[in-house]
Amino acid sequence: MDAILLQILNGLDKGGAYALIALGLTLVFGTLGVVNFAHGALFMLGAFCAVTLQQLLTISKRVKDESITFFDAYKETPYLEIWFGDTGKTIIDFSVPLSILLAIPVMLLIGFVMERGLIRFFYKRPHAEQILVTFGLAIVLQEVIKAQFGANPVPQAAPDFVAGSADIGLWFGLGEGLVYPWWRLIYLGFAAVVITLVFSFLQFTTYGMVVRAGMQDRETVGLLGINIQRRFTVVFGIAAVVAGLAGVMYTPILPPDYHMGMDFLVLSFVVVVVGGMGSLPGAVAAGFLLGILQSFSSMNEIKSLIPGIDQIILYLVAVVILLVRPRGLLGRRGVME
Amino acid sequence: MNDIVLNVSNIGKHFGGLQALENVNLQIEAGKTHAIIGPNGAGKSTLLNVCVGRIKPDTGSVKFLGDNLTGRKPHEINQLGVARVFQTPEIFPELTLLRNVMVPAFAKREGAFKLNAFRKVDNEAEVRDEAEHILEDVGLKEQMNGLAGSLSRGDKRRLELAMCLIQHPKLLLLDEPTAGMSRHDTNRTIDLLRLIKERGMTKVIIEHDMHVVFSLADHISVLAQGQIIVEGSPDMVRGNARVQEAYLGGAHV
Amino acid sequence: MAQLWHRNDLLLMGVFTLAVLAMPLWLAPFGAGYPDLLQKLAIYGIFAIGFNILFGLTGYLSFGHAAFLGVGSYAAVWSFKLFTMNVLPAVLFGTLLAGVFAALIGFISLRRSGIYFSILTLAFAQMSYNLAYSVLTPITNGETGLQLTQSDPRIIDRLYVEATSGLPSTELFGLKMSGYPGFYFCAAILIIAFFFSVRIFNSPFGVKLLAIKSNQTRMGYTGYNTRPYLLVAFVISGMYAGLAGSLLAVTDPLAGAERMQWTASGEVVLMTILGGAGTLIGPLLGAGLIKYFENVFSAYNEAVLHQIFAMLPDWLQSAMVFVVNPFVGEGWHLTLGALFVLIVIFLPGGIMEGIRRLSSLVRRIIARSRRDGLQAA
Repeated sequence: MDAILLQILNGLDKGGAYALIALGLTLVFGTLGVVNFAHGALFMLGAFCAVTLQQLLTISKRVKDESITFFDAYKETPYLEIWFGDTGKTIIDFSVPLSILLAIPVMLLIGFVMERGLIRFFYKRPHAEQILVTFGLAIVLQEVIKAQFGANPVPQAAPDFVAGSADIGLWFGLGEGLVYPWWRLIYLGFAAVVITLVFSFLQFTTYGMVVRAGMQDRETVGLLGINIQRRFTVVFGIAAVVAGLAGVMYTPILPPDYHMGMDFLVLSFVVVVVGGMGSLPGAVAAGFLLGILQSFSSMNEIKSLIPGIDQIILYLVAVVILLVRPRGLLGRRGVME
Repeated sequence: MNDIVLNVSNIGKHFGGLQALENVNLQIEAGKTHAIIGPNGAGKSTLLNVCVGRIKPDTGSVKFLGDNLTGRKPHEINQLGVARVFQTPEIFPELTLLRNVMVPAFAKREGAFKLNAFRKVDNEAEVRDEAEHILEDVGLKEQMNGLAGSLSRGDKRRLELAMCLIQHPKLLLLDEPTAGMSRHDTNRTIDLLRLIKERGMTKVIIEHDMHVVFSLADHISVLAQGQIIVEGSPDMVRGNARVQEAYLGGAHV
Repeated sequence: MAQLWHRNDLLLMGVFTLAVLAMPLWLAPFGAGYPDLLQKLAIYGIFAIGFNILFGLTGYLSFGHAAFLGVGSYAAVWSFKLFTMNVLPAVLFGTLLAGVFAALIGFISLRRSGIYFSILTLAFAQMSYNLAYSVLTPITNGETGLQLTQSDPRIIDRLYVEATSGLPSTELFGLKMSGYPGFYFCAAILIIAFFFSVRIFNSPFGVKLLAIKSNQTRMGYTGYNTRPYLLVAFVISGMYAGLAGSLLAVTDPLAGAERMQWTASGEVVLMTILGGAGTLIGPLLGAGLIKYFENVFSAYNEAVLHQIFAMLPDWLQSAMVFVVNPFVGEGWHLTLGALFVLIVIFLPGGIMEGIRRLSSLVRRIIARSRRDGLQAA
C-alpha cells in the first residue's frame, strides 16, 4: 500500500511537468494549428530564467573572512548579503520561487516575439514545414543557452525551509517511513494551480471563450470579425509562460542544462498524442497518467518481470494509442487523423 | 435486353439522426449513360461514395458484374473496373499532365502493387503514346509537360477525366463533371462525354445542369431525401409532375 | 527496343563517379582533403540519399532513421567480433538487419500518416535508443559502446591466421580500411547507392511514390494499394541508413547508442532539407556541407579567427571576431540551426532550388543583354 502510494506520488510530480508542457503544446496546436517543436525549448528557457536570477542575486564581491583569524582568508559574499544582511540571505534562498516573477514577463515577451517573428508565417504551411522550422528554432535557442551558460547542468536549490521531506505517511494514517520531498509536493500543487488558472481563463472569461471557439472552428471565429490574430499571439504567449513556469519550478528537481528541452519535448509529444491532439483536458490527464505509469514501471518488481519496461513504457503506450485510437484518450474525432 | 453492369439494391445509410439514403435500388445497364439528379442534400454524392467504397452502407449491397463492392477498399473497386471523377478534381498537382495520365495506366497494366524500380519511365513508350493520345482527346496535349497544379479548374476536370479514361473502365462514375465550368467548357465536356458514349462505356453521372443531363442521359433516376422518387427515360422524367415539385419547386424545365 | 541507359544518364553517372573519386583532389583546397572527413562525407551522403528516397518521394517525414543507422553499426561490429574483419559481410549484415528493423517499424508506423507517422517513428527510435542503453547492454555494451576486443572469437579469421596481440583492423581481403583505402571503399559504395537512387527516381515505382506524395486519395481510386509502396520505400531508405551505419563501423569499428538518438535522426532531416528534398543531388550536397562545416567550423577558435581577419584594421578585426565567434567552434550548431530556419522560411526547396533560381536569373539577364545588344546594333 505504502509503496503504491509512493509510486503514485512519484509519478505525479513528473506528471505535473508533462501536463504543463503538454498543455501549452496542445493550446498552440488547437488554436494556431501549429506543431511546435520549439515548445521544449520554452520549458528550458524558463528553467534558465531561474538560473539567471540566481546568478544575478549572487553577484558577489571578495571580502575578508572574519571567522578565520590566523591568516588572511577571503570569501565571495553576495552584495545582497553585504547590503541587507540576513534579509539578503533569505532573498537568495528564495531565488527559485522569485524567478516566477521574472519568468512571467520574460516568457511572455519571448512568446510574443516568437509568434510575431516566425510562427505566424507558418499557419498555412504544411505540418512538416512547421515541424522543421520550429525544430531549427529549438536548436538555435538551446545553442544560445549553451553559449551563455555552458554545457553542464547548473544545480538550483529549493528554499531551505522546504529542503527536507514530508512525512506524508502520517497524514494518511499509514504510519511513519513514507516520506516525500517537500519541493515535489509544492511542484504538484503549483502545477495544479497553473492548470486551474489556465482552464478558468478559458472557461470563464469572454476572451478565453473566443479562444475556445477558435479551437473548435477557426474560420468561423475569424469571419465574426474578431481579431483572431492578436488572440493567437496572446495564446502563444500564455503557452510560453506555462512552459516557462514549469521549467522554473522544475529546476530544484532536475538541474537544468541546455538540452533538457529536447528531452522533454519528445515526451510531451507523446503525452499530447496519448491525450488527444487538440484536447486540453486530455493533455492534462495523459500527463499525470503517463507520469504515474512511468513511475510504476520503474518499480523493481515490475522491472524484473519485464526488463527494460521503464525505458520504453511511454513510447509503447503512445504507439498502441496511435494504432488503436488515433484521436487519443479525449481527442475529438477527425483532428488530423 | 442489356446486361446489368451495376446493381445497387436496398442501400440505406444514416449519419447520426439523418437518413441520407433509404432503400435505394438502381440497375445500370451496359453501354448506357445513367443520370442521377435531385436537389441539394438528396444523397447523390453519398450514393456515389457507397459505390466506390468510400462510405460503408448500413444496409443493402452493391454488385458490379457479379462482384460485391460493399466493404471493399477503393483500390480493389478500381481494379475491378470502376473509375470515378470527383466533384473537386482529384489529380496529382505536383506531377506533369503526362505523368498524371501515365500513373493510372500503370495501375491498369500492373495491378494494385508492382515493384518496378528499375525500368525507366521514359522507356514506357506504349503507355506514353496512349497517354498522349488521351490528352489529345481531352484537348490538353499542348500542356502535357506542364504541372497539373497550374491548370484552370475546368482543365483539371478534363485531366481527371483523361486519368479515368486511360484505364478503359467498365463503369465510369462522374460527380458533377461540369460544375463551375463556363458554358464553353461545359459544351466541350458534353462533346467529350458523347464521344465516350459512342465507344460504349457505361456511365453514371450526377449533375445539376439540366442541359448536360438531357444532352447525355439515356436513363434518369431522381433522388429526393434519400429515396428514388422517379425513374425513367429523359422524356418521361421531364414531364413528371412529382419531379418538378420535388426538384424544381414547381418551375418548368 | 528500349535502351537501358540514356545518354544523359550515362553523363550524369560519369560526372558523378569522377567527382566522387576525385574528392581528395578538389576538396583539398578547402581544407577537407583528409581521409577521415572524406569518409564521413561519403557515409552521410549515403544516409541522406536513402532518407530522401522516403521523404523526398513520398513526403513521409521520419524522425527515427538514426535507429537504422545504429542497427547497421551494431550489426557490423558484431560481424567483426564473431566472424571476420573483412568488411563485406559486415556491410551486408548491417544493411540487411536494418532492412528487417525497417520492415517491422515501417509496417506499424505506416498505418498513420502526417505528424502521427513522424511521432510513431520518433517513438520507435527513442525506444531503441533507451533499450540500447539499458537492458540490451549485453548486445550493445551500453554507455561504453560496442568495441573490438582481443578475446573476440572471429571464427572465420581464426581458420586462416592465429590471433595476434593488439586489435586487428578492418580489411577488404587484406587491404586495410583506414585512410584512403577506407575512403575509396565508401566512395565506391556511395556511387552504387547513388546509381540505385537515380534508377528509383526515374522508374515507374518512383513516379508512383511521387504521386502518393501528391495525392494519396487519388492513388486509391486509381487502383493502387499505397501501403506496400510506402513500406518498400521505407525499407529501402532504412537499408541505406543501415548501410551508412555499417560503413561508420568499417572506418572506425565501434558502435554507440548515441548514434540512435532522435537528434541524430533530426540531423539527416536537416541534411536532406538543406540540400533540397526530392532532388537527386541535393541531399548529398546537404550532407556534405553539414559534415564539412561541422569539421571545419568547429575547429575555429578566437585565435584562428584573428588570423583570418588579420588584414583588417585592428578595431574592425576585433569587431569581426566578436561577431563571428559565437557561430563557430563550439557554437557551430547555432549556425546550423539558424541556417536551417532561414532555409525553411525562404528556400523550402533547399540549395538546389537556390541554384535553380539563380541560374534562371542569370539566363534572363543574359537574354536581356543579348536583346539589348541586338537593338543597339
